[in-house]
Amino acid sequence: MKIIVAIKQVPDREVPVRINAAGKWIEEADLQFAMNEPDAHALEEAQLLKDKHGGEVVVLSAGPERVATTIREALAKGADRAIHIECDDLAHRDALGMAQLLAAAIRLENPDLVLTGLQSEDLGMGQTGVIVAELLGLPCATLILHVDKNESGIEVKRELEEGWFQNIQLPLPAVLTIQSGGNKLRYATLMGIKRAKTKELRRLAATDLGVASAPVVSLEQILLPQKQKSTQMITGTPREAAATLVERLKTEVHVI
Amino acid sequence: MSGILVVMEQRGGRIARISWEALAAAQRLGDSANITAVVVGAQTEVFAAEVAARAPGKVLRVEHALLLPYTPDGYIAALQQLIQREEPAYVVFPHTYQVRDYAPALAARFGQVLISDVTAISEVPLFARQLMQGRLSGAYRKLGSGICFVSVQAGAFAAESASSVTAGVDLFTPTMDAAQIRTRPGEPYRAAAQTVDLGSAQMIVSVGRGIKSQENISIIQELATTLGAEVAASRPICDAGWLPMERQVGSSGQTVAPKLYIAAGISGAIQHLVGMKGSQCIVAINKDPDAPIFEVADYGIVGDLMEIVPALTEAVKAAKQ
Ligand SMILES: Cc1cc2nc3c(=O)[nH]c(=O)nc-3n(C[C@H](O)[C@H](O)[C@H](O)COP(=O)(O)OP(=O)(O)OC[C@H]3O[C@@H](n4cnc5c(N)ncnc54)[C@H](O)[C@@H]3O)c2cc1C
Repeated sequence: MKIIVAIKQVPDREVPVRINAAGKWIEEADLQFAMNEPDAHALEEAQLLKDKHGGEVVVLSAGPERVATTIREALAKGADRAIHIECDDLAHRDALGMAQLLAAAIRLENPDLVLTGLQSEDLGMGQTGVIVAELLGLPCATLILHVDKNESGIEVKRELEEGWFQNIQLPLPAVLTIQSGGNKLRYATLMGIKRAKTKELRRLAATDLGVASAPVVSLEQILLPQKQKSTQMITGTPREAAATLVERLKTEVHVI
Repeated sequence: MSGILVVMEQRGGRIARISWEALAAAQRLGDSANITAVVVGAQTEVFAAEVAARAPGKVLRVEHALLLPYTPDGYIAALQQLIQREEPAYVVFPHTYQVRDYAPALAARFGQVLISDVTAISEVPLFARQLMQGRLSGAYRKLGSGICFVSVQAGAFAAESASSVTAGVDLFTPTMDAAQIRTRPGEPYRAAAQTVDLGSAQMIVSVGRGIKSQENISIIQELATTLGAEVAASRPICDAGWLPMERQVGSSGQTVAPKLYIAAGISGAIQHLVGMKGSQCIVAINKDPDAPIFEVADYGIVGDLMEIVPALTEAVKAAKQ
């Protein structure tokens, strides 16, 4: 089975973010980057399938030069080879423009299965995989925790709201968006890190993929979120803060 | 092109609350008279009647045997035909798991992008939605002509109560073929029997990824025991197996509304917030002063939970003596 895993590099969630001077994006100079968490689970699911059924896992990522570190990480974890779509204008592409780029690169590979995370930790649109499936004319299922291969294709476990699940049968080829937590992520071994350096990393220029559509939605401005409640911030040493809070819980909230 | 379609969704035999909220959001985009509430399914008469009693404009039943059970292929095919016929200016959805599953592809079919998970609509119109897991908010605008597809976040718009007139109901029958539907969905099921009912807990101490390791969970348990509270968690804690899944609060877990909800080391992603926003008093403990959890908190302490939680346990003990 040939599986393509589309991976996004996103700002590390532990690092504070600042709005840039233009108010249109975040200050990238401050940031550290990491693999989008649901994408890491998509990669793991692809590797589990490969461990069981053989085949090839190909990592696909679009973005500027810095994305190569995340691609190397995926290769170190065991992906066989990688495709890097080089583009510096991620912030200006909308979900459709992005999906068009990915779909064009995927078409060249003719995979049996395309996996990606269900949403990114930065923009959080949750649409890339679904649109890629539409553009490729493939069946799709979202919020997937687990994939089993069988005679007529795959059976997947889909998460529903409030603790419910559902199994779905799909023919191959297909596109799935993977939810975090369905599998345990493997770590890269020293050996894996060493071997990653020798694995094929193909670079494609976005301009060569023949996709040129103007965006249909734009991010006009970034703001700090509005507070929904007036919060009493309690300060002091941990002991002082704890004592103050307990006092409030007693006299204002009446729960102690 | 001035019409607004609102795709209503039902859950457990009733129109879900978030669909009424989507209908309220639609009223920010145009005249009530131009709003058509759409119900989709194999038998939609009962739902259409429920909607008609409250909808401001018209109601349209999109009905076909192949629309039950839900499949993305079926819904996309049916709604595509409806949208082509109606040529609306807007199509508004509740941001549910089902909508996430098909609406982006439906929009792409019209060369458009769904502006998803919208929290507010202002003039122009500008659509606000969360970025960076709620740490920032972005204002999005639709460019050019063409239909604008929007989905709205749960709890963001106040659902209006009953309308005085009953809306008229029409029927639309899409042309569909069984071969169009490529996926075969099974019956929904629940994982394991629930043994804890967080929904009726008076007090909850909830822990997130800020706890760092499984061993540290004991400090949360101690605080909970001292208070007489239940222990709950954000999703990553349950995914990691540090606490059982039945203690997960949020959109894919339980919805709770205790008198007191203490969130320790939880960032406040929307999927967590929808499960606990209704708590009477929310206390947030987080080392990041900009964590979104503080936006919904009544009391906040910025600092290391490894110091604050044990201090709190001691302070509660002292207060109870
Ligand atoms: C479809 C879908 C469904 C989901 N369903 C749910 C759900 O039901 N429930 C749910 O919770 N999530 C759900 N999620 C996941 C959700 O989006 C978030 O990823 C998750 O809630 C984050 O959990 P967290 O706050 O514990 O972790 P993080 O976001 O990593 O936050 C950790 C927080 O701890 C703080 N911290 C770190 N160290 C310390 C310290 N020493 N002292 C104090 N604070 C510290 C950090 O500042 C940070 O704010 C869902 C996601 C999707 C896409």
